[in-house]
Amino acid sequence: MRPFKYTRASDVDAAARTVTANPNAKFLAGGTNILDLMKEDVERPAELVDLTRLKLAEIKTAPGGGVTIGALAKNTDTANHPLIRKNYPLLTQAIVAGASGQLRNMATNGGNLMQRTRCQYFYDTAMPCNKREPGTGCGALEGLNRIHAIFGWSEKCVATYPGDMANALYALEAIVRVRSADGRERTIPINDFHRLPGDTPEKDNNLKHGELIVAIDLPKSPFAKNYYYLKVRDRASYAFALVAVAAALELDGGRIRQARVVMGSVAHKPWRSAEAEASLTGRPASEDSFRRAADAALAGARPLAHNAYKVELGKRAIVRTLLRAARLI
Amino acid sequence: MARYIGKEMSRVDGVAKVTGRAKYAAEFRAPNLAYGFIVLGSVARGTIKAIDTREAESSSGVVRVFTHLNAPKLGPKASTEYAPPRNTREQDKSFRALQSDRIYFNAQPVALVVAETYEQARYAARLVRVSYNAEKPSTDTEAVRERARVPTQGQPPKPRGNPEAAMKTTPVKVEAEYRIPIEHHNPMEPHAAVAVWEGDKLTIFDKTQEVYGVRRHLASLFNVPEENVQVISPYVGGAFGSSLRPNYYPSLTAMAARELKRPVKVVYTRTQMFTGHGHRPYTIQKIALGAEASGKLTAMIHEAVHNTSTFEEFNDNTTGFTRQVYACPNLYASTKIIDVDLNTPTWMRAPGAVSGMFALECAMDELAYELKIDPLELRLINYAEKDPESGRPFSSKALRECYRLGAEKFGWKNRKFEPRSMRDGRWLVGWGTATGVWGVFQSPASAKITFRADGTAHVVSATSDIGPGTYTVVTMIAAEYLGLTPERVQFELGDTKFPRAPAQGGSQTTASVGSAVHGAALAVTAKLFSLANQDANSPLKGAVASDVEMLDGRLRLKSDPSKFVSIAEVMRRNNLTEITETFESKPSEERRKYATLAHGAQFIEVKVDPDLGQVRVTRAIEVTACGKIINPKASHSQEIGGVVWGIGMALTEATEIDHRYGRIMNPNLQHYHVPVNADVHEVETLFVEEDDTVVNPLGVKGMGELGMVGIPAAIANAVFHATGRRIRELPITPDKLL
Repeated sequence: MRPFKYTRASDVDAAARTVTANPNAKFLAGGTNILDLMKEDVERPAELVDLTRLKLAEIKTAPGGGVTIGALAKNTDTANHPLIRKNYPLLTQAIVAGASGQLRNMATNGGNLMQRTRCQYFYDTAMPCNKREPGTGCGALEGLNRIHAIFGWSEKCVATYPGDMANALYALEAIVRVRSADGRERTIPINDFHRLPGDTPEKDNNLKHGELIVAIDLPKSPFAKNYYYLKVRDRASYAFALVAVAAALELDGGRIRQARVVMGSVAHKPWRSAEAEASLTGRPASEDSFRRAADAALAGARPLAHNAYKVELGKRAIVRTLLRAARLI
Repeated sequence: MARYIGKEMSRVDGVAKVTGRAKYAAEFRAPNLAYGFIVLGSVARGTIKAIDTREAESSSGVVRVFTHLNAPKLGPKASTEYAPPRNTREQDKSFRALQSDRIYFNAQPVALVVAETYEQARYAARLVRVSYNAEKPSTDTEAVRERARVPTQGQPPKPRGNPEAAMKTTPVKVEAEYRIPIEHHNPMEPHAAVAVWEGDKLTIFDKTQEVYGVRRHLASLFNVPEENVQVISPYVGGAFGSSLRPNYYPSLTAMAARELKRPVKVVYTRTQMFTGHGHRPYTIQKIALGAEASGKLTAMIHEAVHNTSTFEEFNDNTTGFTRQVYACPNLYASTKIIDVDLNTPTWMRAPGAVSGMFALECAMDELAYELKIDPLELRLINYAEKDPESGRPFSSKALRECYRLGAEKFGWKNRKFEPRSMRDGRWLVGWGTATGVWGVFQSPASAKITFRADGTAHVVSATSDIGPGTYTVVTMIAAEYLGLTPERVQFELGDTKFPRAPAQGGSQTTASVGSAVHGAALAVTAKLFSLANQDANSPLKGAVASDVEMLDGRLRLKSDPSKFVSIAEVMRRNNLTEITETFESKPSEERRKYATLAHGAQFIEVKVDPDLGQVRVTRAIEVTACGKIINPKASHSQEIGGVVWGIGMALTEATEIDHRYGRIMNPNLQHYHVPVNADVHEVETLFVEEDDTVVNPLGVKGMGELGMVGIPAAIANAVFHATGRRIRELPITPDKLL
């Protein structure tokens, strides 16, 4: 990899200040993605600010009945934490659907949100990629795009956000807390965290340079009973999703009081379907309702040359996930 | 009664491997070692316009940057004082790095950066700037299918009977096309070499399946006598055919070391492995099968085309085994090739066979459904009692027993014929079967045994052990025939200082090297017998040599073990501390009178999610007939590995090329999906042993490749049975089953 400066942050504000001061600096947490990308010459930071000594790994109850999870809590510890297993089992399911045990032991929650796309063109520095090198074009748009987006893509980029954990966080309406160099904190509703590619696919999310994720707040959730995370992939484990679905239902007898439906690996961000959720609200929890919701969710899909299957697969995956969430199968 | 042969033995190299003591090519060091990092090109066809190496050269620690502009030309020159002997084999036209400005394939090496450390070399490699006169590449075999041609090597295929006429009049016929994508071997160990020159003498540590092959290759490229080149390769972390040919990095490494007058190491990255050696070619197969209503085959037409490179012919003889598997009077089987802008394909586990049998065995399944005959029954109806191609008898063939045993173990009789007729909850259940076949190869091989008076033996042969357990099986054979415990036998391999052995490929090693070790052990026995006979009072006097054996320090008569002499005493009397015998084994003349094949029957259960298209291979039973089993433990491992390879080929593996750029887009293990543990469920392997006195003295046949042949077809057939969907293009990913 290219030479870079390594700094170990002593406190949160210093970390944010150091990165803010250097436009080519990046944060380093678990390193499960950025180090790989640096070896591939895709990421070329001049400075890495190591966060791993910061005390940001706590998982605790929050005022208002929610739970706050530290940005540096490991994926494994998060998934297994009693507060998460009890109140947000959808998050546990989503996390353990991702990567491998070894990677989850290293990966942090904040880093997971920052995970970059797995588009092959992004990974190959000999290929055009607007995300990696703005202005070079999108290799996948008319190239190999079996694993790419069917929603929200632009002519500039058809890549997907690949992760699992975030799909559950979108369903749970998590709030990302970030701190900037001046010590100020702000909150970003998770749905506004990642971006669609538009004309600036190099920007994955709405963090400002130097802003550091310190925690993810989970509001009190009525979804600890009827939930399911489904991941369809090319092999049984250790592969990114072709389509993933995070779904949660709040049931009132046989009726759906509210629903959450988020699709993964179909867009540049986890794709929460307002259409599906609206279609489910107030309806009976039945396969018929779920089919209508699935049709609504995929109605706006714009598939590419090699990923039209994701439309049908997405529908079936939503139906299956909702059936599981409703415990009808 | 054998003491070791046929009994389970753990790997003699196992502890060294799991403790890290076993040294692989990249782990060797030499004083003043420099590290090379390969720079790959970014176009698939054309020429290099310019290379700017200035920034790389001035980067910290960089010793030199080699490109086609400053790299010496490799190969024999008439003017040099040493002219290597003319190679009787086809001239080696394999790709060699940095020899011209010509680009033959994308991700071709265009520079080698050598630096004091690996990290410095890798960093500086990114500072090399290359521009190209790019030409439009052609890498899509499908798109240029009409360019398929008959390979210039080998005989053009001759039809048997009159297949076309028979096909026209046959009562029942199926016809279909099958496709397999390019696949890559992906052994765990990356390819690597460490080259050390002393004057005109080269020592190279290399990952290879044939040390003598690398020696011949390098001697020829560097114009030195073969004796000047020592190739050392004690351990190989999987190769599967990717190290059968020397590849481009050994000569590149040796070139750099020679120019720099210091040792150099080069290790492929995972990405570099995708163009640093060959691949299983993209193969399109068209099959027509004709049959009578009874199921009896009347005609078979099997035509394959696959890619090769623009500079070299590779032909895996995809349809070769189609000639020998089923009895059929009319047959045409051909394999054609197409030049594309990729590196040359190469042999990959069960080359040709697993591809050809995927198509043939799926077509047999399609025929079974056309005829409404049980797929296993159809195979029995067309069972070849003798070789349909030559008419010769088989030296042994227990395939019928394999079918029977496998069907019984699997519970095949409970199979419902109709597709989509079996379920497990929501899952569709499918049962499929296929036949496996592989040749029985043997090549000349030599081994040397030094038997010591202290009752230990040192055995050497320049073979390789890429993982099947050659260290162990040779130790067992030597122990058996020298009458020693295996702990008293030390076997070394993988070095050109040892007697010549063929490549570890084609599943021929135990047959070849094992026979040589067996022969050398008998030579030691014979030597001891003749020494013993110099004593007029020897109790063995008058015995025939074939009745004499070594056991636990005694030379004794098999027919009367009470008649023996002490080996130590015989040696002491003759002032010998050791006896050394070298033996070269060769395939026997007897073999020519027979057809020799190894067979297997495979039974697969899949469960398919009918909505999401996900396929799980929940049960695999593989029954194999490959002569005598020397080490059941390693043999089962081989066959289990074969099943796993079959699962990968059937369900997950494919090298993807963006044909606009002619570039492989998934050259890494996150995008190229080999099966993981979660993809492998119940796998049971069984052997039906054959007593074959023809194939070789040990009665062994190869098994390493055989274990995967048929598995992809059996899985595809099971998927059809589960879903009613006939997927004729591998891999069977969820999108194909929606």
